[in-house]
Amino acid sequence: MSYMDYLEMLVVIGVILLLVKPVGTYIYHVFSNVPNRSDRIFGGMENLIFKLAGYRQREGMDWKKYMVSLLASNTVLMTICFILLSLQQWLPWNPDRIGGMEPSLAFNTVISFMTNTNLQHYSGETGLSYLSQMMVITMMMFTSAATGLCIAIAFIRGITGTGKLLGNFFVDFVKAIVRILLPAALIVTLLLVALQVPQTLEPAAAIHTLEGSVQRIALGPVASLESIKHLGTNGGGFFGANSSHPFENPSGLTNAIEIWSMWVISASLPYTFGLFARNKKQGWVIFTAMFILFVAFLSLVYFSEQAGNPLIHTLGVDASQGNMEGKEVRFGVAGSALFTAVTTAATTGSVNNMHDTLTPLGGLAALVQMMLNVVFGGKGVGLMNMMMYAILGVFICGLMVGRTPEFLGKKIEAKEMKLIAIAILIHPFIVLVPTAISAMTGLGYGAVTNPGYHGLTQMLYEYASSAANNGSGFEGLADNTPYWNIMTGFVMLLGRYVSMIALLGVAGSLMGKEPVAESIGTLRTDNKLFTGILIGTVLLIGALTFLPVIAAGPVAEFLTLK
Amino acid sequence: MDVKYTHQSLSSYTGAALSALWVGLRFSLILIVLCGMIYPLVSTGLAQLLFPWQAGGSLIKNSSGTVVGSELIGQSFQDPKLFQGRVSSIEYDGAGSGSMNYAPSNPQLMLRMQASLEKWEMNNPEVALNQLPIDLISNSGSGLDPHITPQAAEVQIPRISSLTGISVQKLNSLIDDATTGRDLGLFGEPRVNVLKLNLALQELIAVTKQ
Repeated sequence: MSYMDYLEMLVVIGVILLLVKPVGTYIYHVFSNVPNRSDRIFGGMENLIFKLAGYRQREGMDWKKYMVSLLASNTVLMTICFILLSLQQWLPWNPDRIGGMEPSLAFNTVISFMTNTNLQHYSGETGLSYLSQMMVITMMMFTSAATGLCIAIAFIRGITGTGKLLGNFFVDFVKAIVRILLPAALIVTLLLVALQVPQTLEPAAAIHTLEGSVQRIALGPVASLESIKHLGTNGGGFFGANSSHPFENPSGLTNAIEIWSMWVISASLPYTFGLFARNKKQGWVIFTAMFILFVAFLSLVYFSEQAGNPLIHTLGVDASQGNMEGKEVRFGVAGSALFTAVTTAATTGSVNNMHDTLTPLGGLAALVQMMLNVVFGGKGVGLMNMMMYAILGVFICGLMVGRTPEFLGKKIEAKEMKLIAIAILIHPFIVLVPTAISAMTGLGYGAVTNPGYHGLTQMLYEYASSAANNGSGFEGLADNTPYWNIMTGFVMLLGRYVSMIALLGVAGSLMGKEPVAESIGTLRTDNKLFTGILIGTVLLIGALTFLPVIAAGPVAEFLTLK
Repeated sequence: MDVKYTHQSLSSYTGAALSALWVGLRFSLILIVLCGMIYPLVSTGLAQLLFPWQAGGSLIKNSSGTVVGSELIGQSFQDPKLFQGRVSSIEYDGAGSGSMNYAPSNPQLMLRMQASLEKWEMNNPEVALNQLPIDLISNSGSGLDPHITPQAAEVQIPRISSLTGISVQKLNSLIDDATTGRDLGLFGEPRVNVLKLNLALQELIAVTKQ
């Protein structure tokens, strides 16, 4: 029934296309600082928060002050959460008596959730108390997503504005939570509970099964975490099996709701950018480039999973469903492939099927989307990365025709290009170097559980996922060891903050420049040609950096799987 | 002059960072209370009020009123008289979740599947191997998958009918009752809830015995 597969995927994608404009417009209104209707609804609550925090001035910040405020508040949150996780055994709301978290694991976990990665080296059912699930995990899902939104908005203000000031970080931070994430999360939570996702503070249930044995069923405040997990492109599950767990994702409809939740804000930000730039076409050009790449990768996952594992075909069973290892019957191949494509594009990192068990080319699509890190991308940072490639595209084309490159009416010069070079190079550096170190050391290679080429892919995927702040994994990897906790901890930190600082620096620098008048020699960046240039630049840089390692991992596995 | 200037701007940065830390701390505490306590507790309250059964884990009872499981969490069925679910490396232990994560190229995957096949052929001699759908011999992602495909239920009818004496038509209608279509006719796949199916089957067996 493959036409039903197509219809399901088309409808899910179609709904996103319909949501881009209204949601993008709403985000613009929230952050444009022009008085609007959302003030009346949320202004009171925000004023209360500012009053409680004793924060009066709310004046604009230059890019350095904005960045320092962002880093400072992230540091404070990580410190508090580290303490909460380490002491959870003595804190309330721990009905299943779960012990304190080991330091290297707590180090990894707080970085993971603050950087919007949500790599999980623990299993929620057995590793976290309900208090930790709420006050650490759920709370950080809001604050890390808000951090990502803030940086994207500041970046947009920088490249589309003039002057010195990018806005006030704390005001943006509170607005992102109060006006966007909290109300959306509350609505999605209730929808999910209505569709059978649990939300309770009762301990795990003990049940006598039909065959007379005792089954313990882990429960908890799942829905309130599940909603923000996706809305904030966080991706860390309440349970170890993440969104493949029937309590996190009970049906085809919840699957669609979770896909929409994780995709909608990232997909709408290019439109928001178009509004800030007073050039909607410019926003659509960015969106289209992302969308074309997305459809290509979705097709690769879907057709590869539908074709299935050639080894299983030799068994003589009815394998027409495709590759069902690691997948749930209620989602099938279509619902699983779509989820995989969206979660690695929007760098959410939740999974509704096990990526380790994907066919080689299905796994490759997931891996490459994280390596490129621009196909919609995580909350905010995906847009910033795509703008980075846009500036690089302008620069390369400018060099080819011998003109000074310009973007949005500002000259691109040596200072911007140096910062962009840092942001582009850090990503492959923190993926490839740690993979190589891990492949050469027993501490690293000891975690590999699948033999052969796939073993290399397991390690590569772990670092690509950490660097892109995605958080999904080839979960067979036995990664809860001090070595892997600390290595991936640092990769996540560098992956998040180095490119953020560099790109906000670019925005600050462009903002201070005099706009240049558009002339006949200006390369237009809001037409189809530039969409092609953008996709070409992304694929060129991606291929130059990652092609060899992809050949040694998933491609080699594909070629030898017969 | 230069040195002094750098020194001055450095100390003003440290000052700015310290004040940002202090402001950040105040906002952090408020947001921990708002997002980490008020939000999940309000959600829990509303959920318990509006949808108490769903919020409590969708527990289902048998006809005598005893809770026998959650509609959403699969159970291990070893008895050949009952319908069998998917492979679970965690034996459907609902206190945890997950699977072995065998890659397509992992030799262990083929060994496990061949073992499943041998067991299947022994218990179901009536059914040709090419009728056996792949979902019955593959491990679900969660290890707790409560469903199988309708085809996977139908191929078990000959075995169960010959072991229990229940007619094929009767078993077919039990499967129909436990089958859910695509949500809104569109999302997800048609599926059979194995626990509900076996619950109905067990009660039918008990009635037939009397």
